[in-house]
Amino acid sequence: MELLNALVALANYVVIPAVAYGSQLALGALGVTLVYGILRFSNFAHGDTMAFGTTIAIFFTWAFQGLGVTLGPLPTALLALPLGIAGCALFVLGTDKVIYRFYRRQRAAPVILVIVSMGVMFVMNGVVRFMIGVDDQNFADGARFVIDARSFRDATGLDEPLVLRLPTLITLVTAAIAVALLFWFLNRTRTGKSMRAFSDNEDLALLSGINPERVVMVTWIIVAALATTAGVLYGLEKSFKPFVYFQLLLPIFASAIVGGLGNPVGAVVGGFVIAFSEVGITYAWKKVLEYLAPTEALEPSGLVQLLSTDYKFAVSFAILILVLLFRPTGLFKGQSV
Amino acid sequence: MSAVTDTRHEGVERGWARGAILFAGMAALLAITGATMSWNVALTVLNMGLVSGIMALGVNLQWGFAGLFNIGVMGFLALGGLACVLVAMPPTGEAWAAGGLRLMAGLALGAGTVVAAVLLWGRMSPGRARTLAMLAVLVGGFFLYRAVLDPAVAAVESVDSASTGYLGGLGLPILLAWPVGGLVAAGGAWIIGKIAPGLRSDYLAIATLGIAEIIIAILKNEDWLARGVKNVSGLPRPVPLEVDLQASQGFVDRAASLGLDPVTASTLWVKGLYGLLFAAVLLILLWLAQMALNSPWGRMMRAIRDNEVAAEAMGKDVTRRHLQIFILGSAILGIAGAMMTTLDGQLTPGTYQPLRFTFLIWVMVIVGGSGNNFGAVLGGMLIWWLWVMVEPMGLWLMGAITAPMPDGLWLKDHLQDAAAHMRLLTMGLVLLLVLRFSPRGLLPER
Repeated sequence: MELLNALVALANYVVIPAVAYGSQLALGALGVTLVYGILRFSNFAHGDTMAFGTTIAIFFTWAFQGLGVTLGPLPTALLALPLGIAGCALFVLGTDKVIYRFYRRQRAAPVILVIVSMGVMFVMNGVVRFMIGVDDQNFADGARFVIDARSFRDATGLDEPLVLRLPTLITLVTAAIAVALLFWFLNRTRTGKSMRAFSDNEDLALLSGINPERVVMVTWIIVAALATTAGVLYGLEKSFKPFVYFQLLLPIFASAIVGGLGNPVGAVVGGFVIAFSEVGITYAWKKVLEYLAPTEALEPSGLVQLLSTDYKFAVSFAILILVLLFRPTGLFKGQSV
Repeated sequence: MSAVTDTRHEGVERGWARGAILFAGMAALLAITGATMSWNVALTVLNMGLVSGIMALGVNLQWGFAGLFNIGVMGFLALGGLACVLVAMPPTGEAWAAGGLRLMAGLALGAGTVVAAVLLWGRMSPGRARTLAMLAVLVGGFFLYRAVLDPAVAAVESVDSASTGYLGGLGLPILLAWPVGGLVAAGGAWIIGKIAPGLRSDYLAIATLGIAEIIIAILKNEDWLARGVKNVSGLPRPVPLEVDLQASQGFVDRAASLGLDPVTASTLWVKGLYGLLFAAVLLILLWLAQMALNSPWGRMMRAIRDNEVAAEAMGKDVTRRHLQIFILGSAILGIAGAMMTTLDGQLTPGTYQPLRFTFLIWVMVIVGGSGNNFGAVLGGMLIWWLWVMVEPMGLWLMGAITAPMPDGLWLKDHLQDAAAHMRLLTMGLVLLLVLRFSPRGLLPER
């Protein structure tokens, strides 16, 4: 019984939040890693791309809600997600046409493109604030819980509650579908294979007749889809605030680098590594340890929290440094800079 | 041979002329601001512009001279700000008595753990035993450190937490905090350079971005150090207080003889004094940076930047040189951070945001001309002026656009609110336009 209680507490406070956060980070890191693999620069505007796509999706959600169109128990935002992706893709393709293409033609150094993406970041940040302001926006509707605390306790007779919120479940399912689709696309379709070829060896890909502009276009569309999905899921599960999305840049980059920049599998794994470390190190383990301690005397007196939650950036960063020191190309083999 | 020297000479002269014209233009912008808005606004912009010029100088040293991509500017500025508190605020005797020494012991223990782990890693032969031993030292050391530190922190923070609740500083003159800020930032840069040796472009960027966030997180959460988000206000000032000036008969008489009322005169006088102090520091640093740029050392740095492999083949220790210039540039950022906090008179960790304190400085350097010290300073002053002026200009623009619209229309309200967000958009556009059409900046590297 004590053991079961400990496991439930662990699932409730560590595993479920970390898996949800990890899925969001994985989707974000996939976007970063694709841009890095195909366009060969670190896209600092990625957090703001997420915020932009989410903003569009939020506007459509509000419009649907105003029209009385809903998905019943599911959040309306899921209905608005494809429209958000379309809006974000148009914007991103526009930026590529107006800004990035010029530097690609010039074969500018990657670091110049990084600075260019800083300019895009400023512009997108301004555009998002212009459209939706800087405040918290809540756009989640529909049912709130799949499993709530009371019914779980009644059904199992355990002391510890287990809560599964609907947005959390949606995050897991949507992220799983998105990742599966992406890998199917990259590994099975002609366009996906040409993207991988382009990422592995640009000159050879060009020689074999792959159209680089088309590869770049498809990449941006996929990046917009991943970024918007990640942003909407994060907003549904937590809340939408433009500045928070900008700050997600650090854990997202940490995930992509830990996994190996340019490697999609690495990005997914990296997302979960970062999420589990952040949640695990900033969680107060007192409750779980109390159930596990065989006698009262061995129960911990403090909270057993390794670091306060405000230091979660420090956690992603420490892992990033450790990986860079011991495996400079990431857990999975990524491209070295 | 002489033809080559002649063209180069002409190029240098044209560079000087261009610089002189652009700096005169900058002065004219400030003069127009003073004449149309008020001289107080113009001086405020000038003062922060001078500090921004120093920040840009620091980034230019790292990026323009050595190609190091540091986007942790915010963290080094915050370290400089912290130095102001640690140097100039009076010590809190009670807090020291309550747990100061224990706290210091805890910190020493933490540092000792890290040093022990590093030494162990270096001394033992590679293998599983080494990994396990290092982990044991780190984990054991961490819990020991927390066991010593936590009670001390609680004791210190409970001392009159509404007004102090921190250890305080040394109670020394605040001007001393400027060089100390440089030293603290240099120390931080040394640690970063040690844990991230030879990190190149993208990786160094992410590493510095992360470290800046961590420094801000520490400042926000470690209340015993500088009161966290409760802020330390009322820092001592290097210049007289306005109210003291207004109370002094001699000052009031002199103001009256110039036809100024005492309040305006005192604020102008104080801002002017700050401006002189900042300009002096800027000129000294600019002179040093110019000397460095034109010395054999500067030529070596540029050689490394332009072709690292060739420089290494010539026997230059690239990693060491990179570490050196990273520390020097960060020290300048620390000095600028301390100056900024001195000007504000308070340390407010909650206000440090990467867009304002890291990426904006980058815009300054790129717009001014990376690799050119004068360009960086010009960029710092110009972009700061624009940053301040975009808001009134945006309001005016939105006012003009929305004037024909009926009152109460949602679009009118939305557009007028949106004027506040014009800043980021404008900065992004300026950066993109300069990168596209004048990638070497206003004052290109010679």
